[in-house]
Amino acid sequence: MAAAEVTTPKHPASGRTITVKVKRQRTPDAAAVTETFAIPYRPNMNITSVLGEIALNPTTTEGKGTTPIAYDANCLEEICGSCAMLINGKAMMACSALVDKLTGPDGNGAITLAPLSKFPVVRDLAVDRSVLFENLKRVKAWVPVDGTYDLGPAPRQFPQVQEQRYPLSNCISCTICMEVCPQFNDATGFVGAATIAQAKLFNMDPSGAVLKEERLRALAGGGGVQECSFAQNCVQACPKQLPLTEAISDMGRDVFVQQVKDFFRR
Amino acid sequence: MAAATPRIIVVGGGLAGLSAVIKIAEAGGKVDLFSIVPVKRSHSVCAQGGINAAKDLKGEGDSVLKHFDDTVYGGDFLANQTPVKNMTAQGPAIIDLLDRMGVPFNRTPEGLLDFRRFGGTLYQRTAFAGATTGQQLLYALDEQVRRHESEGKVTKYEGWEFLSAVLDDNGVCRGICAMDLRSMEVRTFPADAIIICTGGNGAIFGKSTNSVVCTGSAQSALYQQGAFYSNGEFIQVHPTAIPGEDKLRLMSESARGEGGRVWVPNDKHDKRAAQSIPEGDRWYFLEEKYPKYGNLVPRDIATREIFKVVYEDDRGIDGQPMVYLDVSHLSPERLNKLEGILEIYEKFVGDDPRKVPMKIFPGMHYTMGGLWVDFQQQTNIPGVFAAGEADYSIHGANRLGANSLLSCIYGGFVAGPEAMKYATSLPAQAGDGGHAAEKQRQTEFNSMLLNNPGTENPFKLWRELGETMTKHATIVRYNAGLDEADAKLVELLDRYRNVNLSDKSQWANTSFAFTRQLWNMLQLGRVIVKGARLRDESRGAHYKPAFEKRDDERFLKTTMAAFKDGAPEITYQEVDTQFITPRPRVYTST
Ligand SMILES: Cc1cc2nc3c(=O)[nH]c(=O)nc-3n(C[C@H](O)[C@H](O)[C@H](O)COP(=O)(O)OP(=O)(O)OC[C@H]3O[C@@H](n4cnc5c(N)ncnc54)[C@H](O)[C@@H]3O)c2cc1C
Ligand code: FES
Repeated sequence: MAAAEVTTPKHPASGRTITVKVKRQRTPDAAAVTETFAIPYRPNMNITSVLGEIALNPTTTEGKGTTPIAYDANCLEEICGSCAMLINGKAMMACSALVDKLTGPDGNGAITLAPLSKFPVVRDLAVDRSVLFENLKRVKAWVPVDGTYDLGPAPRQFPQVQEQRYPLSNCISCTICMEVCPQFNDATGFVGAATIAQAKLFNMDPSGAVLKEERLRALAGGGGVQECSFAQNCVQACPKQLPLTEAISDMGRDVFVQQVKDFFRR
Repeated sequence: MAAATPRIIVVGGGLAGLSAVIKIAEAGGKVDLFSIVPVKRSHSVCAQGGINAAKDLKGEGDSVLKHFDDTVYGGDFLANQTPVKNMTAQGPAIIDLLDRMGVPFNRTPEGLLDFRRFGGTLYQRTAFAGATTGQQLLYALDEQVRRHESEGKVTKYEGWEFLSAVLDDNGVCRGICAMDLRSMEVRTFPADAIIICTGGNGAIFGKSTNSVVCTGSAQSALYQQGAFYSNGEFIQVHPTAIPGEDKLRLMSESARGEGGRVWVPNDKHDKRAAQSIPEGDRWYFLEEKYPKYGNLVPRDIATREIFKVVYEDDRGIDGQPMVYLDVSHLSPERLNKLEGILEIYEKFVGDDPRKVPMKIFPGMHYTMGGLWVDFQQQTNIPGVFAAGEADYSIHGANRLGANSLLSCIYGGFVAGPEAMKYATSLPAQAGDGGHAAEKQRQTEFNSMLLNNPGTENPFKLWRELGETMTKHATIVRYNAGLDEADAKLVELLDRYRNVNLSDKSQWANTSFAFTRQLWNMLQLGRVIVKGARLRDESRGAHYKPAFEKRDDERFLKTTMAAFKDGAPEITYQEVDTQFITPRPRVYTST
């Protein structure tokens, strides 16, 4: 074999460009501005590759040199939950958002990018979503194992239980369900659908159920499951199709039963 | 005097890092956990297939010794056998533990764990949780760490990047130097021992199946501080990935298992839609060259053939590095079995693979090489431990599918307690242990970058790095090409000094952080290239047409790269083969 001759892949010279308007903010306190970019179109582009393209040549359509855009991304295959943002006003994952589906019927529509609106902006499209991880502590979303030494197999679990638990365990902590929820705001302090679904997941685990009552109490009262107004936005927006409304109503029932029990125990 | 409560720093919160953290917290140590991304978003979430352990729940007579043999044989005998033996022996207990932690593993009707078969073995040894095993395992460990965190045993530093180790005058590790990726503050943190669990290095190849933060930067920084980097030239390239604008997404082998066919048009500029190109105008090159195995030749062969068709025969689709993987002719029943993976293709490419042939190309997937560690997972720098994809142990010249997740957890479970043991008998440091000097060194590098008046765009340099590495240091390697690659890397390192940041701000400056990592990627690129250049044989994933045979006499040896005078210096170390005598690894009879 002769030395392989490799050429950089040549893209069909379509000449077409995509217009992208990005809402930017240098620091958490800075005022937001919008910058517009024209990006050479290539088939199968997604939003993260558009952002990568801007980093290669950070120049706006007015010819002004600017900085690469800050955003969160890691897996680029919609499994790590990093890249949630508002794309054409809708909360979506940037890595699985394809340009071809965003430029309108004639393919010439501008794409707008903005950070999620319910979380503090760090910079540009990157926001601080640590509230979700705090909420997961609040509902003790874990199985309290005795230790990691060899204690033999876990209890048996029928496939039917696994089939119910698995979809809930697919939550990627993207916080889109919280973004789209009318009740998720400072006034209610609502924990949001993702946290409630995780509480259900661990209550269903044969060993995790030992903390069931604590989880239900954590979801009772202000900010808990009662804040849900069943707008059902969450279940429609969830990129992983989690059965969120079902989880909320199941947990709502369990929380109520727990509250009644606790009342009579007093 | 030994520290009262050992203070351990774990860098990286994938499966390996979290495993180490849990063991230390459980043993009463204090842990600081550093990670660029929130640990729940680490690359381990990407693993789909499963995790191996010889539980023999299918009555096939599987055993840990068979798992041991498969792993050593699959790795073409380059792995030290003692840790492989220990890992495979602990496999069943690790699966039980994960099950107890609530991982939703698939079940048999009786409620037991279900297992499937993977490459490189005859046994159903792979436990799995739907098509997202890595995600489920990572979450289970993440939840345990969150529990320890809520009890005050673990402090997380998410959004902090490890820059380097703090070494005292005797070269003993006394902590780390890290940078806050929001405020860009550089700080040192004291520790009695540190554990590096920073994963793979796909970004050195530009595009790969890895996540964005898999740059190998931390491993490279340590190598430049005196740690040995071993077997760097062993890079696993998966035959079927979906080429993307931003990354290569994995397309599972099961597509071919169900009857998928690989082909290219006879005329590379054929303008017809793929599905309307008639049979006679298609070249089913795997079926033609391997009439017996057809599309199901082993991974490395399929990878090499696709590479040849594209780069040597210049027959890639439309002149691009891609071939078709076609399942559109399959029956609906067979397509149903492929549902999950076909959806990934549809989601990211926008075409329905049930109707349109998929476009695929091999993609850099995994590094067998990594930081050299002893059987206690300690590097040659006292107090620096490593585990997971970041270390070189276990997989030798080639990794078997579903063995990585196991090796990550095993490595973390060894490194955690060993670091504790080491820390308890560590003499107190003299003076400040090197903290001030290390902080100054890193701060100076930062101001050099920020004040550089140069003209080079770091992202363009990275693109050139990726193209060079992919061309010369992946599937097929030639000494002339490797020489060319090294010259290119030297050129890029030189041009790096002339780099210009379009963003010089000091708040959440991601391109600045990336540019820092790029330096380390370039240095590690040279390690990979040099190791490959000097290894004149073919073994596992390392293939040189000019040296087609495995050469045990000269190269049944671990490659040890040391950073000397700004360049990699390669020496070799004997491999521990005390349990299984090396034998030829023959694909044709499998
Ligand atoms: C698509 C895909 C599918 C796979 N499927 C399988 C499979 O089915 N079975 C299997 O066994 N293996 C599989 N693998 C391989 C396996 O997923 C990885 O080898 C494994 O997850 C690596 O885990 P880790 O803990 O070593 O590192 P990672 O999970 O990569 O974690 C690295 C951590 O280090 C942190 N980090 C990195 N650099 C720094 C720094 N400088 N400072 C601070 N923190 C840092 C990151 O934030 C992250 O937390 C697959 C790999 C890919 C790419
Ligand atoms: S980058 Fe991981 S979900 Fe988009």
